[in-house]
Amino acid sequence: MTTREEQLCVLEEVAAIAAKWRDRPDMLIPVLHEVQTIAGNCIPKEVAMTVAREMRIPLAQIYSAATFYSFFSLEKRGKVLIRLCRTAPCHVKGTKETLSAFEQALGIKAGETTPDGLFTLEICECIGACDVSPAALVDDTVYGHLTPDKVRELVASLQETEGSR
Amino acid sequence: MMEQVRVVLDHAGDISPISSEEYLRIGGYQGLKKALEATETIIDTIKASGLRGRGGAGFPTGLKLSFTANTQADQKYIVCNADEGEPGTHKDRIIMVEIPHRLFEGMAIAAVAVGASQGYIYLRAEYPYVATILEQALADARRQGLIGSNIMGSGVDFDIQLFIGAGSYVCGEETALLDSMEGKRGEPRFKPPFPGVQGLWGRPTIINNVETLSNLPAIMVKGPKWFRSMGTERCPGTKLFTLCGNIAHPGVYEFPVGTTIRTLFEEVGGGCPRGKKLMAVQTGGASGNIIPASLLDTPMDIDACAEAGATFGAGDLMFMDEDSCLLDVLENLTEFFEEESCGKCTPCREGNTQLLRLIREFRNGTAQEGDLNLLLELSNVMRGGCLCGLGQSSPNPILSVLRFYPDLFVENSYRKGDLAYA
Repeated sequence: MTTREEQLCVLEEVAAIAAKWRDRPDMLIPVLHEVQTIAGNCIPKEVAMTVAREMRIPLAQIYSAATFYSFFSLEKRGKVLIRLCRTAPCHVKGTKETLSAFEQALGIKAGETTPDGLFTLEICECIGACDVSPAALVDDTVYGHLTPDKVRELVASLQETEGSR
Repeated sequence: MMEQVRVVLDHAGDISPISSEEYLRIGGYQGLKKALEATETIIDTIKASGLRGRGGAGFPTGLKLSFTANTQADQKYIVCNADEGEPGTHKDRIIMVEIPHRLFEGMAIAAVAVGASQGYIYLRAEYPYVATILEQALADARRQGLIGSNIMGSGVDFDIQLFIGAGSYVCGEETALLDSMEGKRGEPRFKPPFPGVQGLWGRPTIINNVETLSNLPAIMVKGPKWFRSMGTERCPGTKLFTLCGNIAHPGVYEFPVGTTIRTLFEEVGGGCPRGKKLMAVQTGGASGNIIPASLLDTPMDIDACAEAGATFGAGDLMFMDEDSCLLDVLENLTEFFEEESCGKCTPCREGNTQLLRLIREFRNGTAQEGDLNLLLELSNVMRGGCLCGLGQSSPNPILSVLRFYPDLFVENSYRKGDLAYA
C-alpha cells in the first residue's frame, strides 16, 4: 500500500470479502486469512475496522482473534514470509546456525522486515517438517535440511526471483 | 530396513492422493459401504477392535462414538483434528498428503455411526500445501458421490469442509479447536460438558485425530479380530511413529503398537548419524518424558510407556546424541510452552513463565537455594491445576529429567561454583 487511492482500493476489496459473511462470526478466521493476503500480509487498523463493520462483529473481537494467532499480524510484513522453525527437533539439529545465516543474508534480525519490503524473517513454532529438520516455511513451501550454505543460496535465489518481478 | 506393517498407510504413495477412482481400485470406500449396509453394528465393531485415539490421549474410539450416538440432537458433527502441532510429529501430514481418501472414508464411517451429516477437517495453517491436496481430493470424492448428498446411493448425506487454523498449538486441544472454528481465540473450555454431548455450536461433536479416523475403514472391512492380531492386548493395531532429532533416517513409519524404542531407533532409524552415541530420547512429543538410552527396550505401548516412565503420546520419538545438552533442550521446550500458553488459566500462563525463568537460572548456574524445590512444587501445581493438557503436561520433560538425571540440576550449579542450595 503506497498511495491513499491504493489503500482505498484495498479497503473496498476487504469490505466486499467481509460483507459476504455478515452475521457469521464463525467465518472470522477464514476472512482474516483472506483480507490479510490482499492487505500486504498484515491487518492494519482500517482493515480491522472494515471487517468489523461489514461482518457486524465488535472491533474488540477482531483484535481478540487477530492478536491470538501467530499467522496474523497487525504490523506490516514483507511480501515473502520466511518462517524458521525453532522447536526442539529443529533446535537439536542446528536452528541457531541457520538463524544467523538468515539474519546475515537478509541483513535483518528475526522479527524484522527488509527495508525494500520484500522479506520478513519470523521465528516460529513447529511446522511439522521434522523429517527434514532444520526447516523453514517460505510462504507455502518447506525448505529442509538447512545449513548456513543452503540458507545463503536460498536467500540469493529468492532475492533474484522477487527482484525480477 | 525392517518391513513396515501398513494399515493406515496401506498403498500410501502408490496411488494418486487426489483420485477416488484409484483409491476405489485398491479396495477403498468398501469399509464405508459395509457401514452403510449395517449402520447399527458399526459402533460394536469399533468397540470390539479396541481402537484407541491416536492423537495422544488414547481414549477408546468406540466408546466416544457411542456417547454421541446416544445423544439426541437436530445436528451432529464429525471434526477431524488435523492441527498436528506437537513438535516432533508429522504423521498426520503423511496420511493427508499420501492417502487422504482413507481419512474421508473414516470420517464418513464415524458420521454414519453417530448420525452426523456434516464433517470438518481442522487443518493447521503450517500445512498450506496439504490444504491444496485435501481440497482437490474432497472435490473428487464429491464428484464421485462418495461424500456430499446421498453418499454411495445410500440416501445418507455427509459432506466434509476444510477449515484452516491460523497458527496456535493449543488449538490441538479439542475444545480450543472448537472455539477456533467458531471464530474465537482458541481457548480450552471447561469440561464437562464434553464435546461428544455439547461441542461445535453446542451440538454433539465427535473430534478425532487423523490417524484414528484413518483406522476405521480397515476395521470395518477386515473386522476386530484381525485388528486385534496386531499391537498389544490393551492397545491393538498399528501406530505411525515419527522419528526425528539426531537419527540417520528421520521420518514416519508404521509398526504394531508395542514395537520397542530400540527397534525403532536401531533397525528403522539407523541410529545416530556420524557414529555418535545416543544420550536420551524424548518420547511422545514436546510434552512427553525424556528417558535415558538405558530404557531403549521399552515397548511403544500406552501402558508399557507409563510403567517405564516414558510417554506414548502420538508416537513421536526425538533422539538426542551425546553432544546434546539436556538443560538446553529443556529451555527450548519450556520456551515453546511459554509462547503457546493461551493465557486463559493462571497456573499455565504464569507457571510456564516461572518454569522458564527457573530453567534458565539452572542453565546459567545462578539458581538459588530452594529453586529445585520450587521447580518441583510448581510442576506439581501445574499438573493438577491447569485447565487443559498444555499446562498439565508442560512440566513433564522437566520432571522426567529430574527423575532420570537427578544430579544434572545440582551438578550444573556446582560447576558454576554456586553451592547455595545444595
